[in-house]
Amino acid sequence: MSHHFKILVRHLNFYYGDVQALKNINLEIPANHVTALIGPSGCGKTTFLRCLNRMNDIIEGTRIEGEILLDGTNICGREVDPVQVRRKVGMVFQKSNPFPKTIFDNVAYGLRINGNFSKRETEELVEKSLKDSALWDEVSGRLEDSAMELSGGQQQRLCIARALAVKPDVLLMDEPASALDPIATQKIEELIRELKTKYTIVIVTHNMQQAARVSDYTAFFYLGELIEVDRTDKIFTHPGLKRTEDYITGRFG
Amino acid sequence: MVKGKFFFMNEENFPLIFIYKLRMIRMKIEANIGEGVLEKKGITFAEVRSQRIKEFFIERFFFVNGLLAILILLGIFSLLFAKGYPALKELGWTTFLLSAQWNPTAYEIPRYGILSLINSTLMVTLGALAFAVPLGVACAAFISEAASPRIREILKPTVEILAAIPSVVIGFLGIVLVNPALSTLFGISHGLNALNGSILLAIMALPTIISLSEDALKAVPKTYKEASYALGANRWQTIVRVSVPSALSGIIASIMLGMGRAIGETMTVLMATGNARALTFNFLDPIQTMTATIAIELGEVPYNTTHYYALFIIGFVLFLMTFLVNLVSDIILQKYQEVER
Amino acid sequence: MKRKWSEQLGFLILTLSTVLVVFVLGVILFDIISKGISVISWEFLTHPPRDGMTKGGIFPALLGTFLVSVITVLFAVPLGMFAAIYLHEYARAGKLTRLIRLSIRNLSGVPSIVYGLFGVVIFVQILNFGTSILSAGLTLGLLTLPWTITACEEALKTVPKSYREGALALGATKWYSIRTNVLPYAIPGMLTGTILGLARAAGETAPILFTGAAFFLPHLPKSIFDQFMALPYHLYILATQHHAITQVRPIAYGTALVLLALVLTLSFTAILVRYRFRKKMRG
Repeated sequence: MSHHFKILVRHLNFYYGDVQALKNINLEIPANHVTALIGPSGCGKTTFLRCLNRMNDIIEGTRIEGEILLDGTNICGREVDPVQVRRKVGMVFQKSNPFPKTIFDNVAYGLRINGNFSKRETEELVEKSLKDSALWDEVSGRLEDSAMELSGGQQQRLCIARALAVKPDVLLMDEPASALDPIATQKIEELIRELKTKYTIVIVTHNMQQAARVSDYTAFFYLGELIEVDRTDKIFTHPGLKRTEDYITGRFG
Repeated sequence: MVKGKFFFMNEENFPLIFIYKLRMIRMKIEANIGEGVLEKKGITFAEVRSQRIKEFFIERFFFVNGLLAILILLGIFSLLFAKGYPALKELGWTTFLLSAQWNPTAYEIPRYGILSLINSTLMVTLGALAFAVPLGVACAAFISEAASPRIREILKPTVEILAAIPSVVIGFLGIVLVNPALSTLFGISHGLNALNGSILLAIMALPTIISLSEDALKAVPKTYKEASYALGANRWQTIVRVSVPSALSGIIASIMLGMGRAIGETMTVLMATGNARALTFNFLDPIQTMTATIAIELGEVPYNTTHYYALFIIGFVLFLMTFLVNLVSDIILQKYQEVER
Repeated sequence: MKRKWSEQLGFLILTLSTVLVVFVLGVILFDIISKGISVISWEFLTHPPRDGMTKGGIFPALLGTFLVSVITVLFAVPLGMFAAIYLHEYARAGKLTRLIRLSIRNLSGVPSIVYGLFGVVIFVQILNFGTSILSAGLTLGLLTLPWTITACEEALKTVPKSYREGALALGATKWYSIRTNVLPYAIPGMLTGTILGLARAAGETAPILFTGAAFFLPHLPKSIFDQFMALPYHLYILATQHHAITQVRPIAYGTALVLLALVLTLSFTAILVRYRFRKKMRG
């Protein structure tokens, strides 16, 4: 392979109590590319995504086995501080969740966690993040307005800006456009294609066309197992397995 | 496995395990987080470590506060018992529970039988429920099943206001309003008796019964009622045969809570029941409840005498009674919530 | 036809029951207000009782109730808040958490006079605060604690989970996310619960009977270790313990009205805060 892998997942098993949600997942996620996770509801794709930045830690009764190597470091163990992991691996949620603060404070939130940025540095980083998330032109004049007043698509891009501000290496997106109208969705997709030059992106989607449009690689999950992973163009034109083909062509799901 | 055991100990124990855990955190962070990962952010191991230690302490702090409720409950239980124990040792359970004569200040032989006091408490409690249960459940049914949204919006704060009236105000009205009314109605010299207390306690138990019964009625799934209408039942039949039976456990729990409140209420009964210690079953006789006895006598007895300890025995029995009533209502509610799920 | 008749009778009973409950409240409010209002004056609120409490005002009782309430709030609110934060943000489901919740529910059912007994032993005797504002305030604090915890937890519940997740995903520690992204939005709700607890504490009499309330004091309290007069206790005294009961009855009505007004004002404030807060959370 010509590029290096940002994340290596090895023999990953995940449990909610006694229920095994992920079964022996092995996956390489290449740096500076978009990897899409597809599959029917309940197949474990969101669970898998939340493993990548330890967000499942906050759900009671969950258990993880195996390894997730981020730049060669295993981030799965209880001894690894999830807080540090999440600073490297940002996340955008399915339902946009701006905080009920001003637009500026939303983006600056992550910067203030570390607390060692000057006021000017903060302002610069906020502006840069808003530009990177293609929101700057729309909000530059009203940074002190409440983020709750933005439209759904703007809110989601604000959440992306918020995640970018802390300069993660990896950006996880959990169906980021599922609640948005087609135009807002298009903007988000354009944004994703731009962002991949700087970030490694993993996106969960149940929209086949979206996966085909934005991703370089696609991984198909079914019933907690990783069925197939390959280049997106290959998966959508010549899937290796019957089950993948059935799902992509809409014969179940 | 080390991980599992370690996890368990961190949950349950504090000081030793805490030191052990800190050491583990330090070792593991240093061993496991790749250096490249953190240095890029300008965060040192020392910073991560101190941050995790701080978080650990904060969690412990809140944990200790969380335990407070258990500690207070245990504290009340054990202190009441400890303070009552000397009297118990001197006189024995049987003296307290099998005798109806309470006269600790008698010139010759002090009497410590609390049977008449328990009887009085139960009398006013049951009397109160006799008024409050039908009235409260009917009112709850009206609010949840019959009232228009507008009327409901008015009635709910009304019930809240009723709940907010201090017991001493209700007791005062027992003296100035209910007392003369009962006196004329029954042709007795004064109306400070068990019936008066029952009426006042009913007023105090009503808000509890109404609001919790209403919650229970509201929680009855709409599909039940629709099924009933579909079978040709009218609204009244649906309330009586579907809504109320489905919400019964919640209604019973609300009644138990109202009962707990009536048993433990002090000021109203102290002011309105006449405070006579005789054993009686007549609601027109003055009576003296357990709570009123403590309220009247604790201020007058010297600390740490038999009489003083005996008052704590009354408190202890009172505590057990309300505890039991609350526990039963709690169990009913839990069961009911499980069924709902 | 018979069915229809029984249905109408049934609804008539429900309506009459409700009317009766509202009527009872109406009688209570009308009686207290109509007979108490004539006594109320600026002098009544700002002067001490005179001539063996047959004349004068209720200022010392007002002040005493206020001072005790301050102690109650200072004691119960932080503890209740911390316990609620533990239960809602940190506690894992398990036996211990269930036990804590069971204890809280049972504590809220413990009779107020039992809190009084507990307060006598713990605060007056063991901690040696004597019969004082401090002892009474702490006893009332214990009494309101379960209510405060429940109210604070309800307030925390109204803050969406996504605020916490969003902050954690940005690399915030748990406490940082709670402090900056949960508590600010829960505070108004907590305030509501606090005010309601305060309203309850201000009207309680039984717990302060032996922990510090006094029949009559010629001087105002000088420190929190002094005894005090309190509105509800003052009403109790005027209604039952005074030798010239008919003479002091108007003053008793005035006291009842002030107490009622105080408690209801607090309750209404709480309801108002809650209403505005809910509207804000929705909008």
